[in-house]
Amino acid sequence: MPTAAPPIYPIALQHGLVLGAALFAIGMAGALTKRNAITVLMCVELMLNGVIVTFVSFARHAASTDLAGQVFSIFIMTVAAAEAAVGLAIVIAVHRVRNTVQVDEVQSMQG
Amino acid sequence: MAQIAWIIPLLPFAAFVAIGLGARRSAQLSAGLTILGVTGALVLSVLVFVETLSGTRVDQSYPWIPLPGGSAFPVGFQVDPLTVIMLVVASSVSFLVQIYSTGYMHGDKGYARYYANMALFTASMLGLVLANNLLTIYIFWELVGLCSYLLIGHWHERPEAAAAAKKAFLVTRFGDFGFLVGILFLYAHTGTFEFSALIHLAESGGIPDSVMTVGMLLVFCGAVGKSAQFPLHVWLPDAMEGPTPVSALIHAATMVAAGVYLMARTSPILEHSALAMAVVATIGGFTAIFAATMGLVTPDIKRVLAYSTVSQLGYMMLAIGVGATSAGMFHLFNHAFFKALLFLGAGSVIHLVNTNDIFAMGGLQRWRPITYLTMLFASLSLAGIPPFSGFWSKDEILVATANHDTGLYLVAMVTVFLTAFYMFRVIFVTFTGSYRGPHPEHLEEHHEPPAMTIPLLILVVPTIISGLWGSPWLGNAFAVFLEGHPVETVFRPDVAVVSTLLAVAGIGIAWQMYGNGRLTAGAQMTARFAPIYRLLMDRYHLDHLYGWLAGQVMVGIGWLASRFDHAVIDGIVNGIGHVAVAAGRGLRQVQSGQVQTYALLLFVGVLTLALVAAVWR
Repeated sequence: MPTAAPPIYPIALQHGLVLGAALFAIGMAGALTKRNAITVLMCVELMLNGVIVTFVSFARHAASTDLAGQVFSIFIMTVAAAEAAVGLAIVIAVHRVRNTVQVDEVQSMQG
Repeated sequence: MAQIAWIIPLLPFAAFVAIGLGARRSAQLSAGLTILGVTGALVLSVLVFVETLSGTRVDQSYPWIPLPGGSAFPVGFQVDPLTVIMLVVASSVSFLVQIYSTGYMHGDKGYARYYANMALFTASMLGLVLANNLLTIYIFWELVGLCSYLLIGHWHERPEAAAAAKKAFLVTRFGDFGFLVGILFLYAHTGTFEFSALIHLAESGGIPDSVMTVGMLLVFCGAVGKSAQFPLHVWLPDAMEGPTPVSALIHAATMVAAGVYLMARTSPILEHSALAMAVVATIGGFTAIFAATMGLVTPDIKRVLAYSTVSQLGYMMLAIGVGATSAGMFHLFNHAFFKALLFLGAGSVIHLVNTNDIFAMGGLQRWRPITYLTMLFASLSLAGIPPFSGFWSKDEILVATANHDTGLYLVAMVTVFLTAFYMFRVIFVTFTGSYRGPHPEHLEEHHEPPAMTIPLLILVVPTIISGLWGSPWLGNAFAVFLEGHPVETVFRPDVAVVSTLLAVAGIGIAWQMYGNGRLTAGAQMTARFAPIYRLLMDRYHLDHLYGWLAGQVMVGIGWLASRFDHAVIDGIVNGIGHVAVAAGRGLRQVQSGQVQTYALLLFVGVLTLALVAAVWR
């Protein structure tokens, strides 16, 4: 049984974590600053993907038979799909009523 | 008969109820019912009196309000010499006053109401003297106070009468508060309200001295209010705003004597506290001379009699305070008749001239010879001239005081002189000289109904002879009857001679100053001693002081309390509300509606928690 050749660019745990953190931070920044609701939704997807990358990295690093990390990733993808569907539906509904998708203009729920 | 003595007050009470239920529509029927009820009470009282003379005694208690633990608040009555003397005085004077009132109050629009109140008063007074425990006596005590209020304010359309009624009620209530506290205090320490039980405990040493002193002084507070003793005497002169028969019955003969009666009833307990005795004697002696001085200057005939009543009640208190209870009760007995006569006589002249001012009268003996003569006898009795009734009882008091305390004896002697002077000043100014008022022709046409004359003639009899009952000639029969055992004769010729000479001197000086229409000497005296005259006319400024205390000081304290309530109590409550509102107003700024702000705050919060968790570890 031939041994596997060592990888030229070994992907260490920290690579995955940095990528996940970067994705999460970019998504976070966009979600907090963008005014368009569609963009905000997309940024939220980005944050979720950052989380997925982090889960998978840890799962691979642990290298156990426990598949919890991968299962969580699948769950997040499912929830993200559902969230996108509901979120887009809400955006469309708001657009019908308010004629805008700018989140800072939709602020009637205030004290 | 004595076994059912409780029925006596029910007769006038029945008259009161009947008038209230509908008989009031007929004035004649109302008067008739009251007179009938009081006559019944009088007859029964005399029967009980006669029975008691032969030794019958009753003391009956019934449970009234059950208490946890098997005992109960009692209600009960007793018949003994003290009770029957008061029964006869109250019912006989009340009877004569009701007869007199048919003439005096004739045509008054409140005639039926007047008789209803009179019936209720008589019933309450009879109940008061029959009561055998402090609780029952307190109920009747307040009832007579209520009737006094209603009758002083009979002509309530007149602001003075309404104010006088209110004053009488409030001032006596002031003393009654002390009385109630005293009743509860004694009950708390002895567990009984009944006189017989309390007296038994006191005599067997079952009550600590301090409890007896405090309890009796509190009970004395009630007597001070009701019997118009200093410093609560201020209501009685004002009470003269009421109809004159009311003054005769309530404010001379019966209700004001209730305080003296109460002290006489509790005197076996009082005698065990030297301090309480001294207080009673001092207050009584001081009141006697204090009220007499004010009587010297007052131009209002009824007010002079009112001051005289206060002064004589002071004598009675003095007697009880020096341990001569029977002398005090004897004076009460005699005083009730001759003072009622004086008031009814005053009513007769007021009815004639329509004024209370003696300086607007003069020479009235020509039109009212019977009134003049009867009042003259009553005044001689009041002044203490032998052999009239007042002499015997006042002399007993003087002797008892002389044996007890020289200072008080001198005070009492000076008061004898003052009494004779102020009373004969009124008699001479009113009846001698010539008429000084308006419309002398009106006097000729005015005829007095016999209903007003006959009671005067009847009252003259006890005024002259009732004193003999307690005179040494009959072996002090009054005291023997009251005490229930032989007593030594207390007559002292020296005291009798001095007091008689002082009284004669008082009458003589009054004649010199005011007899036969001489008024200039009085006016000169007034001018020469103007500051004293003003002080006496202003009643030693005590009424002003009380008015100031009630009107300024109490209102000031009330104002302060009100400010405290508004500023502090309301401030705390309102402050809590204000804080909640302000906090809400501040915090609602956070709820901006900007979802991105929420998200940012959420992020910052999670970050902070993560940092805290990291550092904590």
